[in-house]
This record gives sequence, structure tokens and C-alpha cells, in this order.
Amino acid sequence: MITATPRNDLLLMVFFAIAILTMPIWLSPIGAAYPDLLQRFAIYGIFAIGFNLLFGLTGYLSFGHAAFLGVGSYTAVWSFKLLSMSVVPAVLFGVITSGLFAVVIGYISLRRSGIYFSILTLAFAQMSYNLAYSVLTPITNGETGLQLAQEDPRVFDNLFGTAMESGSGIPPTNLFGLEMSGYSGFYFCAVLMIIGFYISMRITRSPFGMMLKAVKSNQNRMSYTGLNTRPYTLAAFVISGMYAGLAGSLLAVTDPLAGAERMQWTASGEVVLMTILGGVGTLMGPVIGAGVIKYFENIFSAFNDDALHEIFSFLPDVLQDGVVAVVGLFVGEGWHLTLGALFVIVVVFLPGGIMEGIGRLSRVFSQKKTIEPTVKTRAQPGE
Amino acid sequence: MDALVLQLLNGLDKGGAYALIALGLTLIFGTLGVVNFAHGALFMLGAFCAVAMKQLLTLSKLVKDESITFFDAFKEEPYLKIWFGDTGAIIIDYAVPISILLAIPVMLLIGLALERGLIRFFYKRTHAEQILVTFGMAIVLQEIVKAMFGANPVPMPPPEIFAGSADIGSFLGLGNSVVYPWWRLVYLGFAGIVIAGVFSFLQFTTFGMVVRAGMQDRETVGLLGIDIERRFTIVFGLAAVVSGLAGVMYTPIVPPDYHMGMDFLVLSFVVVVVGGMGSLTGAVAAGFLLGILQSFASMNEITSILPGIDQIIIFLVAVVILLVRPRGLMGRKGVMES
Amino acid sequence: MGILEVRDVNKSFGGLQALNNVQLNVEEGSVHAIIGPNGAGKSTFLNCLVGRLTPDTGSVTFNGGSLLGITPHEINQAGVARVFQTPEIFGDLSLLDNVIIPTFATRDGSFTLNAWKRADQDWEVREKAEHMLEDVGLIEKKDAIAGSLSRGDKRRLELAMCLVQNPKLLLLDEPTAGMSRADTNNTIDLLKRIGKRGITKIIIEHDMHVVFSLANKVSVMAQGTVIAEGLPEDIKGDPRVQEAYLGGAHL
Repeated sequence: MITATPRNDLLLMVFFAIAILTMPIWLSPIGAAYPDLLQRFAIYGIFAIGFNLLFGLTGYLSFGHAAFLGVGSYTAVWSFKLLSMSVVPAVLFGVITSGLFAVVIGYISLRRSGIYFSILTLAFAQMSYNLAYSVLTPITNGETGLQLAQEDPRVFDNLFGTAMESGSGIPPTNLFGLEMSGYSGFYFCAVLMIIGFYISMRITRSPFGMMLKAVKSNQNRMSYTGLNTRPYTLAAFVISGMYAGLAGSLLAVTDPLAGAERMQWTASGEVVLMTILGGVGTLMGPVIGAGVIKYFENIFSAFNDDALHEIFSFLPDVLQDGVVAVVGLFVGEGWHLTLGALFVIVVVFLPGGIMEGIGRLSRVFSQKKTIEPTVKTRAQPGE
Repeated sequence: MDALVLQLLNGLDKGGAYALIALGLTLIFGTLGVVNFAHGALFMLGAFCAVAMKQLLTLSKLVKDESITFFDAFKEEPYLKIWFGDTGAIIIDYAVPISILLAIPVMLLIGLALERGLIRFFYKRTHAEQILVTFGMAIVLQEIVKAMFGANPVPMPPPEIFAGSADIGSFLGLGNSVVYPWWRLVYLGFAGIVIAGVFSFLQFTTFGMVVRAGMQDRETVGLLGIDIERRFTIVFGLAAVVSGLAGVMYTPIVPPDYHMGMDFLVLSFVVVVVGGMGSLTGAVAAGFLLGILQSFASMNEITSILPGIDQIIIFLVAVVILLVRPRGLMGRKGVMES
Repeated sequence: MGILEVRDVNKSFGGLQALNNVQLNVEEGSVHAIIGPNGAGKSTFLNCLVGRLTPDTGSVTFNGGSLLGITPHEINQAGVARVFQTPEIFGDLSLLDNVIIPTFATRDGSFTLNAWKRADQDWEVREKAEHMLEDVGLIEKKDAIAGSLSRGDKRRLELAMCLVQNPKLLLLDEPTAGMSRADTNNTIDLLKRIGKRGITKIIIEHDMHVVFSLANKVSVMAQGTVIAEGLPEDIKGDPRVQEAYLGGAHL
């Protein structure tokens, strides 16, 4: 096991930053190095890092985090419409608004723990979703989703004359003039994810993070130790909601529209899956989980029967049809079946997620190398 | 007044469905201590038992259409009609109620398989893990159904005789403006019968007594040397059958689709929480109560004052109840509070 | 004036009168044992002191301020620490973290958003915690996970977690329950050693050996009220005490 010394953390941080920024290079052999997918890696990575700060550290399982994702997206799009196509206010307002939502929802939901907390958050998320589809249509544009339009005011852009000449269509989102699409969009999201990762590392190692772990471990002891659990959990909830809001606003940055389906509870379930698949409570796990799921979603949902027939063309015809029929269940439209099965398998066999799997593997290898000392230490207690 | 009666009735049959699902959910909570997020999927599977039965009964072959004489026309004619004539047609007409015969064994089997194959490994795991694994299972089940029956809702007509509406208004002396589909009345009665059945099973059989004792104090019952594990399995099967039946009979009211389970699950959970975790009467009472509330909230008079209230009323009630009475309306101390 | 004064405390559950006009006066620096048969109301009484239960009537004054109507964490911040019958520790954290957490709580109060500095680089806190672990003899295991400890070690860890806070009053709920004779003696030694720091202690105990080794004052509870109070030697011979215990399971 690697101990969390400041030096090791620095190394991890450097390694992480390099790995993320070079993704366009090392992901190209597996066909994942195009901007659209890379952006999603980074965005959902942020979402999962934030979710893990709540679930991983405090053990409070929120089933309503997608609501904050949605709030972030709507806010960002409104910022594009009303203020400016610059991403700075969009991201800033997205984070702040979802943070405010998190304060309200968290303040109420955190009065209960365990499954009651999960159901309260779920109830709030469903309420937001239902309202976004019905009464809040003036704000959310209902089923169509909120989109940009040529005639949006964009007050700041017009004020400072940074607006493009009319007639050139809807201007793109930008960071001080740099267009936020393609690779520049990815690098923007990636840098924010690296910052997000760094913050989550600082939080995890801080006294505050230690208190959050204490909440998960034993709330009773915590209050008899003179610590007030409520503000700790609320702070964690709000921080985590702000991460979700950041992710949501980045979704709008890379593709400026927002729909209510982002708030649906299946979306909340997805971030839970990312986190546990990677490894709950670990630093790297959620990022890896998000990457793996978004990658396979991309690959799997792209397959159709024709593609499968091509892949299995080496098989005799009769067998080929059978195999294609079975495999076909899991790909393309059936990607969700794979997702569900994966969910079950991970929880049953690998509750610690991929990070635990890596840990187990590395232990197997290190045991092989140091087989003799292991035998010696084992013999000692018996003497 | 008419409108109120109508909304009350509307609320009752929705409430009946909530109550049936919540009954199973809370039974599983109370005895097995498991948070079952796959319970809505069981409701959906029940509904698709009816769809499967209908498809089975209407297996057809192409026969010459005798009514068209100008040229050779063919039409699909169900085997049942070919073999049994009018009797066959009646059987097809009654596909939905007949599906109950299929749904009971199928749902029981599915329930037993789920419990033995998956759930029992999670008795000692945390609630979070139970939620996660059953959530995954729910996705699997609904995707399988989607692959088999497609993504579109399947219309399931009720038997011809129940197709019309009952003129409840004149029956109650309110004039003839309160009309209510016969099938919904059937559903209401059916829900009542199933609920009564479950309660009397738990009340009057030895098995039920053990289960109730288990809901009060699981450990002690285990200590008495009663094979509680086997009973857990049966309870799970029973709960699966109850929500499956709720699903079968619901098909003529709302055409089933693969994700109906998820929609009902969230609401049923709220129902269970409002009623009090582990409380059977609480689940039934809260089911009807919330069904009626939801139905009243969707009245024009209400939505014009509080737009959108019909969409969120149930969740709002849940939030208030959880904050004011954390154990729900009829919850007992110590259930799911670790 | 004692450091803790309990006046006329009553508490009933439904029809059951669990505490009946309890009076208690604990002198600063003393070790005050509360003994009594099962169901005498000892645990209920303790729960009233730490804010887990609120008495129906009466007053609990600690160090000049009332302990009633404030939450457990506020009571702890006022200087009352508690050791439980079954050790309450942070089972999935390391021993060192287990002791560091209460150290932070004492220094920084019930809530601080200290989310940027590293917890393990706060040398002041860390040294204090390591010192404490050394004191209770658990320093070699400081990186072990607390949940993996033996019951006796868990108890010692919990004691360390309370002591590191330098409480003015330490409540011990059957600190040797379920322990072997050897472990019990170890715990007595440990409590005697820390006794030298002058922390006021209230001990609830069934084991008379423990009581008479540690306490310098004893109160006897029966049927929800204090029936006798005095020096250990006097209590031993008190006929009311023997009557209360007659048929009791622990003598």
C-alpha cells in the first residue's frame, strides 16, 4: 500500500495531470481520442469526483445528484443567452446556482440519514424533473430543451462589442475569444477536472475530510467527541453539488443546450455507478469509473447487427446468427442492459471497484516477488 | 361535488396500485431487511406477463378471408378461434384476467430465483449496497423486457364486457356526469381482494404468524430455531406475486411499457416511507391516501392556483412527513434506522 | 460546591418512573462510583448527563452552567467526555486518526471548515495524539484499523480518545464489562495512572473489585433513586445496599 505522504500526493498529482492532458495521444489506439468523447470523460469525471466527496467520504448515498447537473446546465445556457457567450460567467453562475440549490436540498435532506436520506434526495430530484417539464417551462423550455437563439440579448457581448457580426448565426461559446469546441473545449474541461481533482485531494487529506470520514464511521462517537455532524455533512453536500453544477455547466459549454432528461433519476444512478465501479472513497476511482463507462457507452451503443455480423463473420452462419442475437442484446440499444449487469456484478463481486481490483492484483504480484519473507513473518506468531 | 367524487375514484385505483406495490416493498423491508429497488421492475414484469399471455392466445395463422370474394384475400386468424370458434374468441377477450393464471407461477419463480440468486447475499450488506445491486437488477430486467417486447407501450384492452363506463353518478343520485370505466372498478375490487388476502394470510396462518413475528424482532425469531431463511425466500416470492398481479390488472388502465416499473418504484418508495417502513397497514393506507391526494391535486381548480402541484404533491408530502414524523404515519421504532 | 450537581432529576418512560428525584453532588477531582442492581436507572441517569435523554424535571449543573437542553456535542465542548459500555470508536479509521479527531475537536471547536491544510502535517495535534497513544500503550498499533482491535484494546483506545480532550469530567459506563480478570486489572492500573491528572470521574460499575480499587466516593442507586452515598468502606457495610443487591445478579 502506498502511504499518503505529501511527496506521494504530489507525484500522484503530476502523474494525474500528465495522464489527463495527454489523453488525446494515448487514447487514440483504442479509438477514444476524439474531442467529443474526451470532453465527456472530463465532464463526467468532475461529476463523479464531486459525488465521491459526498458518498465516498460521508457514506450518504444521494440519489438526486442529477438535479444539480441539470441546474448547472440550465444556468449556463441562460448565462449564454442573457449575458455573454464567454464561458467564464456561465461556469461561475452554474457552480453558484447549483451550490445554492444544494444548500436548500441538503439542509432538508440531511435531517435524515441512511435510506431516508436517499429517498429524500430522490424525491427532490424527481420534483425538479417534473417541474422542469411542466410549470417551469418558461425557464426550461420543457420537452424541447433550452436552446440558444439568434436574437438572445447577450448583454455583455453587445456592450463590449465582442459580439460577432449579425448574420453569422449563433456565436460559439468561447474563453476570451478561444472557441470552446473540439480540442480546446476538451482542454478547458480537462484543466478544470485537474483542478477539481486537486481540490478533492486537499479535502480528503484535510482535517475537514477526516471529519467526513468520521461521519461515515460513527456519528454517535462524533457527537460525543464534541463535533457537530450537521454542518460537516451539509458542507460536503454543497461542495459535491457544486461539482455537479460545474459538470452540468461544462456540458452546456461544449454543447449549448439543456434538457430536463439530464435531471432524471437514471442520470443520478449513472454517477453512482461510475463512482462504485471505479472505487468508492478512492481519489482516482471515480475518474476511472467515469472514463470506463463513457468509453464503453460510446463503443457499445455504436454497434448494430450489421457490425456484429462483420465481427463474427469467421463463425459458420448458423452459429453466427445465434451469437449475434445474444451479443446484440448487450450492445447498441441494449447498452443499458450491459450497464445494469455491470452494476450488479461490481456490487456483488468487487464492492471496492476497479481500484480494489488493481490493489488485489498488485498484492498478488508483490507476494510472488517477496514470497520468502511472507512465509517467515507468517511463521513467527506460531512460535 | 361530482368532480370530487370522480377524483376520489380516480385516486382510489391509482392508490390501489401504489398500495399493492408498497405492500410487497414493505413486507420485504420488514422481514428481510432489504431495500428492494427492483420492486417496480416486478410490477412491470407482471404487466408483461399479461402481454405475453395475450400474444400466446392470439397466435395466428393466415387463412383465406371469406368475406372478400373479388380476389384471394388472407387475414390472420388466431388458432383459438379456428379450433374453438366463439369460445376461443371469448378466451382471447378475457386475456387480461386469464393472465393471472400465468402471472402467479411466473412471478413466484422470478421472485424465488431473485432471492436465492442475488438478494440473499445482501442481507448483511449495507443498505447502500442493497440499493445499488437491486437498482442494477431493475435495469437488467427492464432492458430484457425492452429487447423482447419493444420500447413502445402495448395497448391491452379489457374484456369487452368491462370496456364501457359505469354511470356512478346516477347510482349515487348525483346526476349522470360521474362516469367511471368499469375496468377501474374491477381493479379497485381486485386490489381490495389481494390486500385482504395478504393480510389474512399473515393473520391466520402459522407461516404468517412467524413472518409477523419476524417483522417485530428478526433476531429473536431466528434464535427460536425457526428456519427463517426459507421463510424469507417465500416472503420474497409472495411480494413478487403481489406486485406482479398489480401489474397484470393495471395493463388495461395504462398500456404497459418497459420503464413503467421505474416510474412506479419511485412513487411506491415514497408511499412506503410515508406509511412507515415495515408497516403493512401504513403502506396500504398511505398508498390510497397519496393516490387520492395526487388525483385531487390534478383538478383544474387546484392547478390554477398552484400550477404544477399535481406533479410534485406526493414528493412534497413525503418530504414533510419525513421531517415531521421520521418514522412515517405508522412506522415503528428501530426499523431501518441503523 | 461540586463540579457536577444534579438536583431532583425525574425521568419516566410511559408509566415507568426510571429516575425518581435523583440527587448527586460530585466533588472536583474525585472518583465517584455509581453502583446498583440492574434496572436501577444508572444508564438512564448517565444518558441524562450527556444529552442523549432529557430529564422531565430537575437540574443538572456542570461547572456553573446547565447541561439540560443542549446537544451532546455542546456538552462535550463544555468538558464532559464519555466512555461507552460497548466501545464507540471510528472502526474503519486508523488508531492515530481516532485520537487525532478528538484532538481537533477540542482545539478547533464543534465545526471548522479546515479543508486545505493536511491533517497529518498538523504537528501540534499529531504529537499530542501520539503521546496519548503511547500513554495507553497502543503506539505500536497506531496505523492499524481500529475495528480490528481486541475488545480490551478498543476500550483503551476509546479512553485515549476521551483523555486527549483533557475533559473536566469523564464518564465511564462499565469500563470493564465483559473483560477478563487480567484485562480488568490492566484497565484499573490505567485508570489509576490517569487518575493522577486530577480529572473528575464518574464510574458506573458492577464489578465491586473495580469500584473499591478506584473510587473515593460511592453512590448506590436502586429503583431510580440514590439510596445511599458515602465512602467505599461505609457503603460496604450499609444494610440498605445489601438489601438492594439481594438477588441481584452481580454480587
